[in-house]
Amino acid sequence: MSVLTRFLPAANTLLRLCTMSFTRRPTPFLRKRFHTSSLVTQAKASIQEHPHYSGYTGDETVSFTTPRYDLYRFEEGPSTDVVISRAEFLQIYDDMLTIRTMEERCAMLYMDRKIRGFCHLYSGQEAGCVGLESSIRRDDSVITAYRAHGWSYTRGISVKGIIAELCGRATGCTKGKGGSMHMYAKNFYGGNGIVGAQIPIGAGIAFAHMYNKEDRICVTLYGDGAANQGQLFEAMNMASLWNLPCLFVCENNKYGMGTSVERASANLDFYTRGDTIPGIRVDGLDVLAVREATKWIAEYMRAGNGPVLMELNTYRYRGHSMTDPGTTYRSKEEIQKVREIDCVRMVKESIINSNLATESELKQIDKKVKKVIQEAVEFSLASPEPNLNEVYTHVYSTLPYTVRGREPGEEYVVS
Amino acid sequence: MQRLTSSLKYVSKFYKLDQLRPLIIQICSASTDLNFHKSVPPKDAGETKEMNLVQSLSHTMDIAMERDPSMIVFGEDVAFGGVFRCTLGLRDKYGKDRVFNTPLSEQGIIAFGIGVAAGGSTAMAEIQFADYIFPGFDQIVNEASKFRYRSGGQFDCGKLVVRAPYGAVGHGAHYHSQSPEAYFAHTAGLKVVIPRGPLQAKGLLLSSFADDNPVFFFEPKRLYRAATDMIPIGDWRIPLGEAEVVRQGRDVTLVAWGRQLHTMLDAADMARDQLDVECEVIDLQTILPWDTETIFKSVRSTGRLIISHEAPLTGGFAGEIASTVQEACFLSLEAPIQRVCGWDTPFPHIQEPVYMPDRLRCFEAIKKVIADS
Repeated sequence: MSVLTRFLPAANTLLRLCTMSFTRRPTPFLRKRFHTSSLVTQAKASIQEHPHYSGYTGDETVSFTTPRYDLYRFEEGPSTDVVISRAEFLQIYDDMLTIRTMEERCAMLYMDRKIRGFCHLYSGQEAGCVGLESSIRRDDSVITAYRAHGWSYTRGISVKGIIAELCGRATGCTKGKGGSMHMYAKNFYGGNGIVGAQIPIGAGIAFAHMYNKEDRICVTLYGDGAANQGQLFEAMNMASLWNLPCLFVCENNKYGMGTSVERASANLDFYTRGDTIPGIRVDGLDVLAVREATKWIAEYMRAGNGPVLMELNTYRYRGHSMTDPGTTYRSKEEIQKVREIDCVRMVKESIINSNLATESELKQIDKKVKKVIQEAVEFSLASPEPNLNEVYTHVYSTLPYTVRGREPGEEYVVS
Repeated sequence: MQRLTSSLKYVSKFYKLDQLRPLIIQICSASTDLNFHKSVPPKDAGETKEMNLVQSLSHTMDIAMERDPSMIVFGEDVAFGGVFRCTLGLRDKYGKDRVFNTPLSEQGIIAFGIGVAAGGSTAMAEIQFADYIFPGFDQIVNEASKFRYRSGGQFDCGKLVVRAPYGAVGHGAHYHSQSPEAYFAHTAGLKVVIPRGPLQAKGLLLSSFADDNPVFFFEPKRLYRAATDMIPIGDWRIPLGEAEVVRQGRDVTLVAWGRQLHTMLDAADMARDQLDVECEVIDLQTILPWDTETIFKSVRSTGRLIISHEAPLTGGFAGEIASTVQEACFLSLEAPIQRVCGWDTPFPHIQEPVYMPDRLRCFEAIKKVIADS
């Protein structure tokens, strides 16, 4: 009883928010259980493969109930009972907080004109990449669009690599050549600057995995805006026709640039738009729901069942890019409403409420994250810009001796 | 600036290039700064008002929509003005039936525009950045350009105008900086137009709406808010297919379009001040079909030609001009024709100043054609 009363205020807030267009998973209802054996060992193994593993421990698990999933062409879906260990949950909190803090810091760097160009922030959507990543393997492939910072981090690029890239420094993850939309890492085929262009590429990557008889899947992400690009339907048809291990993920953040989904899409149930491809809609603000659904889907796909379409209902706090204030086409109240739920805060509350960790333990994580970001910013700003020869390297596989009459490294003297 | 360049020349004798990197970037950045050269409307153009490029474009679309009730404006986010606010106020004035947002679907936008135009309305499609036009490339090259030809004149989409911002802005990186005009110039049946400022934007855009062929209208986005001209507020047009001699000169002909024309004018200023060389500067304005006669006439009198654009050198439109001119004016040429263009690389991010055909590179070319002859 005491536990229940402690959560009553939170539960009330949640009820109020249920009227919003996306479903909010009720926090933490605590059926505390202890698991032994294989499940825990498995979780332990996967967390140690985590590229940013911060040494969290604790085999103690709790279970939560996620909201229901909407299904299309599936007879049954993932379980709404989710079990997670302390170590894993703390790592999830760490990842989400790192991405949030990094993105907010990037916004400041952009204002200071340290980051130039087009910068699309992931703030608000962290549960998507962190939840998905926690249920796929390191050797699975991921390809996404231009809102790529969160994914770059979960795929293993350090905060230093990301911020240095954004600032156009030689120490960036693509040597400072690309900037915001162009980050790549092992099994991460990048951000992509053209709306929808990455989707058929993802299907191709999935085909390669299947053809090479590898037990890998390709997670192909796109937004609700790109969902109306013709390329998507071409790719989905091929994926379905050839039974490719391609997980299409529509991160529906409600706005394609400045146009709301209602104004741009005739069918708002994005998870049903794969025609013959089975689909599932997940509360994308709830990291545990995303994690559980992905785990279930990955298993389904690895059994050779072909592509799946997952829709994540999520929300971006900031504008489409840093040049868009994000307030001309939606109300401040709407943003505020989602901020009150907030996927990072939800994790924090769940951890504390379920007694997996104390508030002061989480404060330590906050402190650590802040330090990591600060160091990365200092590192980036102290890094040099790329060498001049980077203008013409990587255009072709081999460096031509002359580039239209100019020799690499020649001294171009202006007089 | 002068001191910086001469010291660079001196220092470069002793050090490797990379050690000079900050200095080189500094020089390049300084020489890629925009220096806008204003245009003056003709005296008989009537009442004028000062406008920047964005205002000039929305004013022009306003006039066109008022006069042509069949005209519609659509594209990504245009209902609330578009990302650059070029269509600001049009929805309020003409209603959401005539000014509306489309899904993010460039192929759909262009093909829809072809259908609208073929069906008898005037279609003004906006592609948010010229770099995004390529999903619609098939529709442009295979459908829009050949509709009249393949139907033996029964159908056409001449009432289609596609506007798209192009070119460098200082920090646009790979996908917000490109200049794609040469791809479209390779396709008969299209018209390709690029204004150099607010005044030309008005005259050329009004003509584009009136033209019976599909027109691709690329706007130098660097100039959107950076430059103003006095704009005639009436129905004032510049005919398509005609180049403008912006400055007369006897020694070298400089040809450019869009934002690059201002760079050429800078180089012409430097040549006048430092070399006592008088350059004739020509704004091509319409890339396809282009005004050969104005260029021929100028080259026949100067004997030297330099062409410059931001797009990469190989396959760029400068090559087409150079080839045509050497054929027609071979005996008048005093020096090999020079092309000053972007390098044959993707458009770089942080190294944009190194990529750009800035005023120093144009000036070098002027020195070269003078020395060669």
